[in-house]
Amino acid sequence: MSTYNMKATYREALNQALREEMRRDDRVFLIGEDVAHYQGAFKVSKGFLEEFGPRRVVDTPITESGFTGLAIGAAMAGLRPVAEVMTFNFAILAMDQIVNNAAKIRYMSGGQISVPLVIRGPGSAAHQLGAQHSQSLEAWFCHVPGLKVVMPATPYDAKGLLKSAVRDENPVIFIEAQLLYPTQGEIGEGDYTIPLGVAEVKRPGTDVTLIAYSKMLLVALDAAEKLAQEGIQAEVVDPRTLRPLDLTTLAASAKKTGKVVIVEEGWPVAGLGAQIAESLYRKVFDYLDGPILRVTGRDVPMPYARNLEDAAIPNVNQVVAAVHQVLYRN
Amino acid sequence: MYALGKIGGFCHLYIGEEAVAVGAVDALRPDDYVFSAYRDHGHCLARGSDPKRVMAELFGRSGGLCKGKGGSMHLIDVERRFMGGYAIVGGHMPLAAGVAFAVKYRGGDQVVLCFFGEGAVPSGACHETLNLAALWGLPVLFLCENNRYGMGTPVERAVALYTDVAQNAAAYGIEASRVDGMDVLAVREAVSKAVDEVRTRQRPYFLEALTYRFLGHSMADPAHGHYRTKSEVEEAKKRDPLLLLRMRLLGERQASNEDFKRIEQDVAQIIREAVEFADASPIPPETALEEDVYI
Repeated sequence: MSTYNMKATYREALNQALREEMRRDDRVFLIGEDVAHYQGAFKVSKGFLEEFGPRRVVDTPITESGFTGLAIGAAMAGLRPVAEVMTFNFAILAMDQIVNNAAKIRYMSGGQISVPLVIRGPGSAAHQLGAQHSQSLEAWFCHVPGLKVVMPATPYDAKGLLKSAVRDENPVIFIEAQLLYPTQGEIGEGDYTIPLGVAEVKRPGTDVTLIAYSKMLLVALDAAEKLAQEGIQAEVVDPRTLRPLDLTTLAASAKKTGKVVIVEEGWPVAGLGAQIAESLYRKVFDYLDGPILRVTGRDVPMPYARNLEDAAIPNVNQVVAAVHQVLYRN
Repeated sequence: MYALGKIGGFCHLYIGEEAVAVGAVDALRPDDYVFSAYRDHGHCLARGSDPKRVMAELFGRSGGLCKGKGGSMHLIDVERRFMGGYAIVGGHMPLAAGVAFAVKYRGGDQVVLCFFGEGAVPSGACHETLNLAALWGLPVLFLCENNRYGMGTPVERAVALYTDVAQNAAAYGIEASRVDGMDVLAVREAVSKAVDEVRTRQRPYFLEALTYRFLGHSMADPAHGHYRTKSEVEEAKKRDPLLLLRMRLLGERQASNEDFKRIEQDVAQIIREAVEFADASPIPPETALEEDVYI
């Protein structure tokens, strides 16, 4: 039973989740670049080397394909690796391992082998990190059957979902966000989990549904606050897990409000919002008052200049404008 | 069976390379692990998998090792610790290192035997794996089956150190050697030594087996043509590993022609039964389509 009785940052929540899981199960180990001595590029594994030693907290050379594949192999042999990618941009180097091995081995083997593995680290943009370090690649992973994809927005969710991810028998892509690491929130103390594949209504409302995950949840909540001031009650729903998607919860909200805006930081073409919209159209088309709108990142590599970067990432004003549009208010 | 349309897709035959799989796997313990690439039915059979279930898998039937979902390139038999069957060149090598990592993590003494072709050697996955295995002292025996061609590209146009492919491992401080891959007894001896080295000293080893593929890259590819001559193939066939073993055993009077005749009859019988089993095995039900994606 969880209780919101303790304040922690998103970073501390992840640290607690991993620490608790490693204490609980000797098969769980952390592997990745600078996870041990450096304590993680973003300090998620602070104190781990001290507590668990080098057997279970394993620094790797800069070889994403090699150590991701190694983690998959270790999972095939019954361990439960948590592989940290310093950022998900670098997971591109491990895509062959993730897509061709982690996601498929269970199927190809006719169910003989499973791959209980978590690949985690930050995705999406931070501040002025340039085009190669600022990508939202969740749609790539969501495309692949055999993978689960999780993107928590709050410290509470981060902790409960990471613990579930570690206990899951399937490969789970767990995408954090650099700008979320210092954010604070209430978390439950001790051993609580949040099941994968369950969305949550983060703010109830009646006039429009805002669907947003990870960093964009904060943008959506800010937008909802602003909309409330003009008398528009937005319901904000966070899928939390992107694959499998909790379409039931999303559809219930869409059905209630009849208007939907999806906010995502990734690129618009073949982005996750397109998939969510398609799924909703199939399920609740007759209840919608108009087309589902998407507020997405711009269709460009991320620029470095601060003003251009700001222009490339969805913001509160864009979300408010999109809501006005679906409500036919100008 | 391929020509009859009973086996679909790609099928990469192992004819000419048999001595490597047979000699190598014979040097293992039952609790050791084996990884292979896409020319994997030879390794799988050598590991002791039931030929009936292998054939059924090739036929795409539910009685196959992987219930018809793997196919010729993805044979997997966990019971025999035959871990697969991978078709992205070099992509399975980190997995082998990962199983070895798990062995070490648990304090076990199993060895992971990882087969791959010389075509995998230039890949990034291979070099990342060699580095990690050397760095962490992982119990992997890397067995490079150098059959001289990555599909149609000869080794001298693919591997910089083509005269001594094992030098690629030496660069990481991994002990390496080479064996005549057409001589099954030599392979067994070399692999036994290497496995012993890996098991007792807890570090990787790289063995290059010089072999030759008598047929094309896959069933879709002729035995000779654009990239090699008929006479080269004929010349190589003079050292057919089955022939070499036969000559040797006959010469040493350890077996008679009658023995070989009986073995051939036995093999024909095993194949017949395997085909019968595969033919009789039902095609996978449609309900199987979405099974085994997640657990």
